[in-house]
Amino acid sequence: MNKKALKTVFLDTVPVLTGYLFLGSGFGILLSESGYSVWWSLCMSVFVFAGSGQYLAVSLLSGGASLLSAAIATFLVNARHIFYGISLLDTYGSAGKKKPYLIFALTDETYSLVTQNQPPQGMSRHAYCFAVSLLDQIYWICGCVLGSLAGKYIPISFEGVEFVLTALFVTMFVDQWLTHKTHLPAIIGAASTALCLLLFGSEIFLIPSMVLIAVLLTVSLKTGRRDRHA
Amino acid sequence: MHDVWMIVVIALVTAGTRFLPFLLFGGKKKTPELITQLGKVLPCAIMGMLVVYCMKDVRPLQPPYGIPELLGCAAVALLHIWKRNSLLSIGVGTVFYMLLVQLVF
Repeated sequence: MNKKALKTVFLDTVPVLTGYLFLGSGFGILLSESGYSVWWSLCMSVFVFAGSGQYLAVSLLSGGASLLSAAIATFLVNARHIFYGISLLDTYGSAGKKKPYLIFALTDETYSLVTQNQPPQGMSRHAYCFAVSLLDQIYWICGCVLGSLAGKYIPISFEGVEFVLTALFVTMFVDQWLTHKTHLPAIIGAASTALCLLLFGSEIFLIPSMVLIAVLLTVSLKTGRRDRHA
Repeated sequence: MHDVWMIVVIALVTAGTRFLPFLLFGGKKKTPELITQLGKVLPCAIMGMLVVYCMKDVRPLQPPYGIPELLGCAAVALLHIWKRNSLLSIGVGTVFYMLLVQLVF
């Protein structure tokens, strides 16, 4: 792997670096305030590696939830990962030895980068996906551990810095909008999620959103095919 | 000990949501045509879903009525349409949002 390619990968992940350092620290601070040492923070960032999932885990741990309710709540928050796998069946399915880690490390941010960006010259798609996944997890681990160890001593206000990940998704949304001729999938994704958020509230809206998106995309694919055949 | 099991369950369920499609459709069986087709249009739909997902804790009926998020997203989108430089759009947009929530609202 050449230096230039590596630099491109790093620059691609800088927004995630910023977001994960701060969100990870936020998690570390919360966890240590609930009385858990830095080792818990390290273990969770290595073995769970999910932003909103780990934030949820703090309240499950400190609230003394049962294992079953922890499993259900975690599934509700993380079910969106199922969509990521469906659209990466080919790319990740053919990744050989890298496959298990690539799938394990599939966060919102990693998914966005590997599906919306092209690998730099001289780098295979699998190597690019692997480098992005690993860098992103290293950032996340650093953030979580830092927050657990030193969170209380950071004096400056970083309020609002979590917006960096929203901004990342907005640029990805704009990119796909400008490069695709048909905008129907993007509209279906945004509108279904917004509708379900209004109808079901912020706790459980993701599952109905995913169902609605899958149904509407299927309908649009079927009718689109019929139009072409007509 | 309950806490350790809790982390194990959370880790397994999280990994489960990531591995599920590959367990269902991966391997030697041929993936159904509809799933392949869905996989091609899903990335665009997911970007729409994620942008809205980030707004889930915004309360549009209470001050500041989601205005910082709206202005922040608009700034990122406009800058990105204009310059097409991800780091620039994300960096400027985030600083702009931080100034809004810390100083203005």
